[in-house]
Amino acid sequence: MSLVSFRTVTKVYRSLQGVDYTAVERFDLDIDAGEFFCLLGPSGCGKTTVLKMLAGFEAPTSGQISMNGRLVTSAGRDRGVVFQGDDSLYGWLTAVENVEFGLRMRGMAKAERRARAMRYLELVGLIGQECKYPAELSGGMKQRIQIARALVNEPAMLLMDEPFAALDAQTRSLMQLELANVWRTTRTTVLFITHDIDEAITLGTRIGVMRAGPRSDVKGVIDVALDGARSRTDDAFVEYYKQVYAMIRDEVAKSIARAGPA
Amino acid sequence: MSAAHRLWRIYGGYAVGFASLFLIWHLASVYLVSSVLFPPPAAVFRKGVVLTRSGVLLEHLSASVQRILLGFIAGSLMGIPIGLAMGSFRPARKLLEPYTEFLRFIPSVAMITVAVIWFGIGEASKIFLIIYTTIFIVIINTAAGVSAIAPNKLRAAQALGATRTQIFVHVALPATVPYILTGMRLAMANSFTTIVAAELIAANEGLGKMLWDGRMFMLVDDIFVSLVTLGLLGFAVDRLFRWSIYTFAGKYSPAT
Repeated sequence: MSLVSFRTVTKVYRSLQGVDYTAVERFDLDIDAGEFFCLLGPSGCGKTTVLKMLAGFEAPTSGQISMNGRLVTSAGRDRGVVFQGDDSLYGWLTAVENVEFGLRMRGMAKAERRARAMRYLELVGLIGQECKYPAELSGGMKQRIQIARALVNEPAMLLMDEPFAALDAQTRSLMQLELANVWRTTRTTVLFITHDIDEAITLGTRIGVMRAGPRSDVKGVIDVALDGARSRTDDAFVEYYKQVYAMIRDEVAKSIARAGPA
Repeated sequence: MSAAHRLWRIYGGYAVGFASLFLIWHLASVYLVSSVLFPPPAAVFRKGVVLTRSGVLLEHLSASVQRILLGFIAGSLMGIPIGLAMGSFRPARKLLEPYTEFLRFIPSVAMITVAVIWFGIGEASKIFLIIYTTIFIVIINTAAGVSAIAPNKLRAAQALGATRTQIFVHVALPATVPYILTGMRLAMANSFTTIVAAELIAANEGLGKMLWDGRMFMLVDDIFVSLVTLGLLGFAVDRLFRWSIYTFAGKYSPAT
């Protein structure tokens, strides 16, 4: 049995003017434990909606989402979330205090939670920065705090919503490599939302391509049979790129056409 | 960088600014107006020293400061929880908005008459007025602060396993502190206006009473001592506030 399953999930948003917008319709997906699943799609295709529903921040309009056989009805610490921007960090807490937030809420003794937080700060390469406040850290470092903060809770699954989209290109590639290393260490199941084909192939064990919104669902899933560190210049990488690109090209074109002239 | 140089960089601008203020005042008083009705800073300073030695100035000053502090603290203590409730719960906002939106447009100065009728000319009426002037600004800023919390801060806490109460105490409250402080800072400035107006009309001592007596007995120097005291006191208090906000800024910066 898969760890997570979406069954004919539909999400309709209603605007204040009463206009309905169907973000995803009859969306089906299974994610197995230990997978690094990249959900790839053009902007506005509803991929973030999928993550928000699995996180428990928003309820599906119809259909069911279950995890470990139990229906997802609210947010919980079995699903750690890494957000795109840095506005989820607590600016009044230092890096290490941000990381140990979940443990503190659970009532863990200070010495133990500090030790655990430091282990995860080390894992994401933030040792030496632990006493700084988020405002004093770069965008890449802030995303590392978010990753450590989610992982220290030892969630069954990590949900990442375009976590590197706001970073500059160099930082982004570095963060991708480091996240790949972290994942090989922890083997936490990951749902990773992205619009970047490179990123999906660099990180994913499977890539799900979504159709252009509205009424989006999964167009197809590609298994990525690449081990260890991946290089963009490898032949196999390039082959996957072509394959994914062929699948997503039309969707991007549709998405741009529907959005109207930019 | 030497210590003197650093002091200059921090306070140099202020020192020059204040010096120029007093210089212009001096020039205007001595050369432009040249009237007993507009004393130069030196005369006011001398009078200030005299009034300080006799204890009169301190008596007025402490009366005003005491009223401001009591009313301001009481008003903030009442305003913060109300603002938090209004920002957190929609029913509370709907219920209380008529009060805040109605009453905040009645200036505290307009309430002086009512306050004196209700509470007499003693301390109670002044403290009531300062509470009145403080509470709405603090409520509105606090409520705005709660509404301005980034939803992802709350979602992150949920996903980290925090309960509703924990989210309120450990996320919503600290995230709102900068807004509360800003509201209190504005309220403090308004308290000065209110206390002087109230003391002008009904008080036995206080900086406003000092102004009024100065007018009655043509003690122009006294009037200016009171004005300068108000300016300096306000400046000092506001610096104190800015300093405390700044000290918190690393921790409670509204931007992050």
